[in-house]
Amino acid sequence: MNWTVAIPEIALACLGMAILMFGVLSKARNTFHICSLMTVGALVLTAALVLSSNGGLGYNGLFLADSYAMFAKLLVLAAAVLGVIVSIDYNEHNDLRRFEFPVLMLYATVGMMIMVSASNLMSLYMGLELQSLSIYVLAAFARDDLRSSEAGLKYFVLGALASGLLLYGISLIYGFSGSMAFDQLALVLSDSSHASPGLIVGIVFVVAGLAFKISAVPFHMWTPDVYEGAPTPVTAFMATAPKVAAVALFVRVMISPFGHLLAQWQQLIVLIAMASMVLGAFAAIGQSNIKRLMAYSSIGHMGYILVGLAAGTQQGVRGVLIYLVTYVFTNAGMFACIIAMRRRGRAVERIADLGGLWRSDPGMAAALTIFLFSMAGLPPFSGFIGKYFVFGAAMQSGLVTLAVVGVLASAVSAYYYIRIIKVMYFDAPEPAFDVRPASLSIVAGAGALFTLIFFLFPAPVVAAAEAAAKGLFG
Amino acid sequence: MLLAVAVLAPLFGSMIAGLLGRAIGDRAAQAVTILCMLLASVCGVSAFVSLVYGSATPGVVVLGEWVSAGEFHANWALRYDTLSAVMVAMVTCVATLIHIYSIGYMSHDKSIARFFSYLSLFTFAMLALVTADNLLQLFFGWEGVGLASYLLIGFWYDRPAARAAAMKAFVVNRIGDLGFAAGIALIFFIFGSIEFSTIFAGLSQHVNDVYHVLGTDFRAYEVIGILLFIGAMGKSAQLGLHVWLPDAMEGPTPVSALIHAATMVTAGVFLMSRMSPLLDFAPGAMHFVTFMGASTALFAATVACTQNDIKRVIAYSTCSQLGYMFVAAGVGAYQVSMFHLLTHAFFKALLFLGAGSVIHAMSNEQDMRKMGGIWKMIPLTYVAMWIGNLALAGVPPFAGYFSKDAILEAAWASHSLVGHYGFWCCLIAAFLTAFYSWRLLIMTFHGAPRADHHTMEHVHESPWAMTVPLILLAAGAVLTGFSFADQIIGEDWHAFWGDAIGVAASNHILADMAAVPAVVSMAPTVLGLLGIATAYAFYMVWPAIPGRLAASLPGLYRFLLNKWYFDELYDATIVQPASRLARRLWRIDGEVIDGMPNGVARLTADGSSQIVKLQTGSIANYAFAMLIGVVALVSLYLIVG
Repeated sequence: MNWTVAIPEIALACLGMAILMFGVLSKARNTFHICSLMTVGALVLTAALVLSSNGGLGYNGLFLADSYAMFAKLLVLAAAVLGVIVSIDYNEHNDLRRFEFPVLMLYATVGMMIMVSASNLMSLYMGLELQSLSIYVLAAFARDDLRSSEAGLKYFVLGALASGLLLYGISLIYGFSGSMAFDQLALVLSDSSHASPGLIVGIVFVVAGLAFKISAVPFHMWTPDVYEGAPTPVTAFMATAPKVAAVALFVRVMISPFGHLLAQWQQLIVLIAMASMVLGAFAAIGQSNIKRLMAYSSIGHMGYILVGLAAGTQQGVRGVLIYLVTYVFTNAGMFACIIAMRRRGRAVERIADLGGLWRSDPGMAAALTIFLFSMAGLPPFSGFIGKYFVFGAAMQSGLVTLAVVGVLASAVSAYYYIRIIKVMYFDAPEPAFDVRPASLSIVAGAGALFTLIFFLFPAPVVAAAEAAAKGLFG
Repeated sequence: MLLAVAVLAPLFGSMIAGLLGRAIGDRAAQAVTILCMLLASVCGVSAFVSLVYGSATPGVVVLGEWVSAGEFHANWALRYDTLSAVMVAMVTCVATLIHIYSIGYMSHDKSIARFFSYLSLFTFAMLALVTADNLLQLFFGWEGVGLASYLLIGFWYDRPAARAAAMKAFVVNRIGDLGFAAGIALIFFIFGSIEFSTIFAGLSQHVNDVYHVLGTDFRAYEVIGILLFIGAMGKSAQLGLHVWLPDAMEGPTPVSALIHAATMVTAGVFLMSRMSPLLDFAPGAMHFVTFMGASTALFAATVACTQNDIKRVIAYSTCSQLGYMFVAAGVGAYQVSMFHLLTHAFFKALLFLGAGSVIHAMSNEQDMRKMGGIWKMIPLTYVAMWIGNLALAGVPPFAGYFSKDAILEAAWASHSLVGHYGFWCCLIAAFLTAFYSWRLLIMTFHGAPRADHHTMEHVHESPWAMTVPLILLAAGAVLTGFSFADQIIGEDWHAFWGDAIGVAASNHILADMAAVPAVVSMAPTVLGLLGIATAYAFYMVWPAIPGRLAASLPGLYRFLLNKWYFDELYDATIVQPASRLARRLWRIDGEVIDGMPNGVARLTADGSSQIVKLQTGSIANYAFAMLIGVVALVSLYLIVG
């Protein structure tokens, strides 16, 4: 048995255990701090292992480490590292300095890595649940805060429902095709006569379960409430790493086992993508809370990403991966700025709190401006390049209506992004925020730099995404 | 190479003064632009001398490719022939003197660096125009001159009159530019190129080409000629499109000198000479040019007789003299027209700078009715103005005598109906020119002082920076006439011009000029002296006559004083209807065009609030929505799949 294909996951899980033990036994006052740093170290080490590992199929076809999985894992790990870093300072200030926090993030990450490497519906479900359970706890981490507890509970109940749908779909698929392994399913479905209505219903249920994880319409309802209620670093984490994993998983499931049924599921994805883009654009307009706004924004972005999937081609998948890269760094930087919104020790979340920011903190205002322009899809920022690739792929596949709706939705969404810029530069100044810790400045600065200059050096990312997409299509 | 330095040095100076003016200060900006201009004039004169008297050969210096689109090509290139060399030498010299003069004249201004930057930009644009090797680059310079004139006329942008004048100049020039641009397009359409050498080489092949417009076939050359002349009318302020020129006096006086003498207004005359090989094949268009030129010469001279603003008198005189140049070009005597352009550049710059010196001395007073009795106080300016007016009136041996006489001879020698019309118009204008020149001299300098004693106490001769250019220009106004007359318009004009002015075989106007009767040659001089005498009698001996004359012919007087009511006519027939239409369209834009996006925006906001209402916060609702979603997707899948 080729067990070495999962060495990064095994190593990360063991390191997580070790950090947990250290946390329990340590009597140091700053255990949380040390554990967070150890978690960052463990994640970086895992990334190195991912880079040095040689891929292959293992565990009786349950686990597949190909170039596609490797790309997604590196992105997940990067997002997780950024997530841990931005959480340190916030937790110190908000009475959340418990060492379990980074460890939960670590195990969520393990779950995500299993998700992107899953090559069987069973391992898919296992990774998904490991990830979800960790995040349910994280969302409710500020257990004395009503909103946080509510968010955790809401997410848990609805997540359980989604899991139920997913499992039900998996059982239907197994029942109608006799297999849960991706390669077997692909083999069976290469003959279209095997695509029975029962199997198709199973696929729809699986799609529904996965769409919940990436908060696509109509399974998005939890997102604004949970984003708003969860502690901000948890929101930042939820908006980046799990989204990458879930999208990667979604794409793999649709392309790998069900690729032959493209004609059947394409319309479904087109519909979900359109609905997500439109809702993300329209519902965010009236929001006054920036975390809620980011929730709708991420719904919209998931819609754009699904445009690449709807194309169903290698170019489409490449576009999805490039979009994910730009999305992760822009969002991480954006949330670093949101976490930095703090006055006299208390976190503030209203958009109006950003009024006149450029006077008191021109650096942060400039970084936010870059992120917002990028999310609005303005050239030359990285968000434009991501959109360029997914819309280009959609056009090549003849999905003109979808691309047009996407561009229109993007124009509408530009309104609420640019409105924040207007608030920062033209509205009456609010009192200055507290001094920003270096960790947030570094994440925001790195995100801004990446977003700003990505258009100059897109080649490595594009080439890696190309290779990954090629790996998926085999 | 010399030519390239002469053209580009002013641009360099303009860039330094304009972009770094704040950093390096006014003094340094002045020094840089003037040094660049001195360098340019040395190079420009050397380029001229080595071409005409030395061993240099005409040619084209290609600086780089500009536009290459399909069959359309245009280079950045400098054409080096006598026509461009003469213009470069004249423009750089006069512009340099005006730069130096501006040190003194603008010394009290707030934004000196900006002024010098604009002046140099203006000069550069004119140099790019005259050295162009193709029509596109010529158009670039043409527009550059328009832009710089806009900036300079509106230099004192805090004065409403200056702003209005700047806009007027720009808009009126735009009308002419439209004709010019259409002409260029037609040339490209006919010849497949806009390079001069290609156009002139293809002349004989396309003589009989026709251009179909308005249901009629016109000879293409005639249409091109008319279109190019419409462009020239705008820039050179010919009757109809002249209205911007007098208003342009709102700019600082050195600007007026630059616009009227060396740059801008001469562009149209230059264009006629540059396109002379083609225009010789368009007799109809040339008759039109002669007619318009002659009418302008007479019209502007009549108006100048009644104006009281010293600069406006000179402005109308420019308008009139440009008419002379077009008469010469219209009858095919391009050399004569260029000669008058050259002499006019010197004496008109002299007159403007002299007027500037007077205004400077009179504490910015421009109304001649409030001057007088100051000739002893500013003797140098007085002498300079005398020389300038003598040259303008065409009194021998001053420069204007040679060129203006030649124009009248050419008009007579053309032996065409329109040529004779030109001759008579110019002859009457010559009388009027002398009259208004001496009217200006006497009202400004002689008689009892009419300014208040406060102003009179301050009357003083200008600083050296202003007087030295006056002296040098005065020398030019005396010398350029007889020292160049034989070379430029004499028997062997070909030795001077080379191939720069190409005239058709049928064009022998220069030879015919020698054969005109003596009485024709003498007439303008005699009428000029008569004009001087009349002015002397009217304003010196019997100063009551002008007032009584105006009172006895009130209609004519008001007609002339109001400049033939051109401004009022345009206001009523074009400006008012246009602004009425604009207001109406603005209302349509506000209600209908803006209404659409505003309506969409309102719909968007409404939709947003509806969508948000779905977000109740209740888990049961959310779960229900998910289940509905699954049901919807399954049904869709089963129906579609």
